[in-house]
Amino acid sequence: MTFNPEITLLIALTVISAATPLVFAAIGELVVEKSGVLNLGVEGMMLAGAVSGFAVAHFSGSAFLGVLAGVLAGMALALVFAFLTLHLRASQVATGLALTIFGVGLSALVGQSLIGVAYSGMPTYAIPVLADIAYIGPLFFQHDLLVYGSIVLVVAVSLFLKHTRAGLIVKAVGDSPEAAHALGYSVLRVRYLAVLFGGACAGLAGCYLSMAYAPMWVESMSAGRGWIALALVVFATWQPGRLLFGAYLFGGITILQLHAQAIGINVPSQLMSMLPYLATIFVLVLISSDSGRIRKNAPASIGQAFHPIK
Amino acid sequence: MISLQARAEPSKLMGFCAPLIALLVTLLAGLLLFAILGVPVGQAFYAFFIEPVSSLYGLSELGVKAAPLIMIAVALSIGFRANVWNIGAEGQLILGGVCGGAVALYFYEVDAWYVLPLMTLAGILGGMLWAAIPALLRTQFNANEILTSLMLTYVAALLLSMLVHGQLRDPDGFNFPESRLFHAAATLPIIMEGTRLHIGALVALLLVVVAWVLLSRTLLGFALRVNGNAPRAGLYAGFAQKRLVWFSLLFCGAAAGCAGLFEVAGPIGQLLPTISPGYGFTAIIVAFLGRLHPVGVVFAGLVMALSYLGGESAQISLNLPVAVTGVFQGMLLFFLLAADVLINYRVVWRKRPQANSGASL
Repeated sequence: MTFNPEITLLIALTVISAATPLVFAAIGELVVEKSGVLNLGVEGMMLAGAVSGFAVAHFSGSAFLGVLAGVLAGMALALVFAFLTLHLRASQVATGLALTIFGVGLSALVGQSLIGVAYSGMPTYAIPVLADIAYIGPLFFQHDLLVYGSIVLVVAVSLFLKHTRAGLIVKAVGDSPEAAHALGYSVLRVRYLAVLFGGACAGLAGCYLSMAYAPMWVESMSAGRGWIALALVVFATWQPGRLLFGAYLFGGITILQLHAQAIGINVPSQLMSMLPYLATIFVLVLISSDSGRIRKNAPASIGQAFHPIK
Repeated sequence: MISLQARAEPSKLMGFCAPLIALLVTLLAGLLLFAILGVPVGQAFYAFFIEPVSSLYGLSELGVKAAPLIMIAVALSIGFRANVWNIGAEGQLILGGVCGGAVALYFYEVDAWYVLPLMTLAGILGGMLWAAIPALLRTQFNANEILTSLMLTYVAALLLSMLVHGQLRDPDGFNFPESRLFHAAATLPIIMEGTRLHIGALVALLLVVVAWVLLSRTLLGFALRVNGNAPRAGLYAGFAQKRLVWFSLLFCGAAAGCAGLFEVAGPIGQLLPTISPGYGFTAIIVAFLGRLHPVGVVFAGLVMALSYLGGESAQISLNLPVAVTGVFQGMLLFFLLAADVLINYRVVWRKRPQANSGASL
């Protein structure tokens, strides 16, 4: 097969759109985990964001209002999680699972009347001058705001965690809540904010799926992306830069199935659809087997409830 | 101001009451949800909770739905006690159905006594094989079993879809993605004339007894409990952690695989692209609702089976989407987790929360 710049460009563009929801969901979860909380409900929050964003955008005609609704829906579910795990000290694993089961059911219920509804998709914004460069322009400078936003968000989170006082406090709370508490920081408040941020990001990821990637509403349309995002955080060993790389790698694997037939791979489509899930297992094994690396980077108190009295 | 005060010891009474409180609150919240959706509340209540169990056939259907839930949940609770979070039982169920179903199709039209036992064996082995992967990855490579077992569920669903579209498709089926109907010797015996209640319900009860004996009467059961409650103590006592992980996952894989085979050889009678309405996930809720205790799981399984039947009945009589079932199940688990706080904490009223007496609400 000969190199065809047009097709290569098209493939690269689909990689970007497949990676963007993963970037959003994973960067949110990264901050949550940095604060010492493991929220397994990403999938549920994504679906809540997807259905709310789509519904509001469809009925109001405004993509902005849609995104806002999606973010708020993600945060609303995250708030339930935060209340149960932080205030009532419920098991984070069990509560996260409940969040996913609930989110899947609720979004299917709410979205029942939206199935088959068409939506025009998000408007794209070309960056003047740069967008006109052949190939490079369409590849980097002609996207909707969420794609730009996802990159900005990763950079912002990276700077926040490394170079701001608040970022250090988040990491302190995640690594040693007792010490942070003794220094006078409110562990619960920091974790609440982190969990809400994670919910907002998962909501954004859902919005991107239903408003830009698809763009339509289908039951359980996230198809495990919330769980892949959780694995990406481990794959990235909790570092935003590596996370961005991982998300684009997985975006590439996800769209491989769409182009497999075109490039002459003739296997059942289901086999190709297994790829992202198998790849997730593969990278998890690859990273987790290096236990020293995990120990060095993982937030020390992850998954444990914090009791101020001891 | 309401605040939480730690109890000196976990309350046994509250451990018993929390599921009942959660059920009651879920019921009220559900009726509120119906009111918001504009559904007549009385009618919805009747359709959801009374109608499905108001006939003998309805009760037998309750057993049909409860059997796989109980089988999987009993096995899951053993793992959960040991802090082994297998949430991929749905995938293990599918593999059980695929492997057992493949045996049924291989022996198509062979009218022999050994077909059904062979199918069951294949189903159990299929489920165990699927559960062995996360066990191996956790014990050898330290990979989180929550994520690996869940990813494998998606893979299993795709595998089933591939096979019913391909190798296992009915050759005379006009290209519909489904297998041949299993012949009589490959179908489970019915234990109640005129219903779909099959022998799997008895197997589920047998498994409950086995799990109860295992947990309360054997060293292995003790090791599992210690490992979950105090991993370090377990380590000092010399309980091999890896063996417990292997045991928990394989046991659950076997139970889920068997449940999957019972679904395809029982109520369904063939292989379809979807063979379970999420039993593997709902069983997680059943395990928690049943307090991770074999006997509790039986009651919890019946309750969750009712949520499936209620969802179906509400769909027929009130035109509500089946998704209502998922909302109910999710809400129930939320309320249960919230109510569980009462086991370890006492709710006290005080004018102002003291700085070091726990979180204020």
